[in-house]
Amino acid sequence: MNTNTLNEQEALSKDDLVLYGEHFSSRLLLGTSRYPSPHILEEAVLASKPAMITVSLRRQGATGQSENAFWDLLKKMSVPVLPNTAGCHSPQEVITTAQMAREVFETHWIKLELIGDDYTLQPDTLRLVDTAKILINDGFKVLPYCTEDLILCQRLVDVGCQAVMPWAAPIGTGQGPLNPFAMKLLRERLQVPLLVDAGLGLPSHACAVMEWGFDGVLLNTAVALADHPIAMAKAFALATQAGRAAYLSGAMPAQESAQASTPLVGTPFWHQS
Amino acid sequence: MRVMINQIEHQLPQGAKLENALAAIQAQAPFAVAINLQFIPKSHYGQCTLAENDQIEVISPVTGG
Repeated sequence: MNTNTLNEQEALSKDDLVLYGEHFSSRLLLGTSRYPSPHILEEAVLASKPAMITVSLRRQGATGQSENAFWDLLKKMSVPVLPNTAGCHSPQEVITTAQMAREVFETHWIKLELIGDDYTLQPDTLRLVDTAKILINDGFKVLPYCTEDLILCQRLVDVGCQAVMPWAAPIGTGQGPLNPFAMKLLRERLQVPLLVDAGLGLPSHACAVMEWGFDGVLLNTAVALADHPIAMAKAFALATQAGRAAYLSGAMPAQESAQASTPLVGTPFWHQS
Repeated sequence: MRVMINQIEHQLPQGAKLENALAAIQAQAPFAVAINLQFIPKSHYGQCTLAENDQIEVISPVTGG
């Protein structure tokens, strides 16, 4: 094995995801909802080794879930948690939920979700920036779920978000990136870490956005609703790694016409027929 | 005194504290509390006096995406 190969491997192995100064060896963030069972969730987490797992808060006793069982599982898995503000429709709901999450989960991380439309689960982009600013001023490490709109993402960065999380497609649709042009433009224009959150359905979707230079992916439904969630979790982890390695490797430019790979010089029977 | 705890009506004595409300529903840790959409830190439960028609939310960890 030559020195260059060793250096490349070392570079890849040190290629941590850095969010708000914290290093993560994985670029996959995994949701914890909709799995067939807590056991399968646990195995999916073990198989994919995510940087963080997302969690939420709901009225005690309202969901049918055993709060203590899920809490025990979180402690057992010992993976950093990223609480979300899913279902919040106003800035005050978001702020209060974030404060409650900080106390319960003992973390400053918050996945900011401020829903503007229940049908598409599209974020309320007009109120998202001010809400992010309030949370950041309150000491939170905010990862905002947003659209792929360049100006929105730029404004989130302007108020102190050190990473943003544009959707690829509406939550839970599994459609993959619906607007590659805007997403690539976003990557070109913004320097902060960009994590694609929502809408990924296939490992190839995750691989594609990582090849474009996105820094990580956050997904849930694509794994949880797969026929074999544990195997799919592993597949997404591998696809995320492959896409990142490809991005760092520098892809060849696409060509308009065919170019033979095998040398033409010395081709046998050339001009004999 | 009428208060709503997780959208369910409860009757508590006048001057009841938040910890009385939590006892009334036998709240199980871990949880966090908000009253009328304002977060109440755990350290304030003992001093927090409830008022008529307060909307109390007691929330716990669940799975999330």
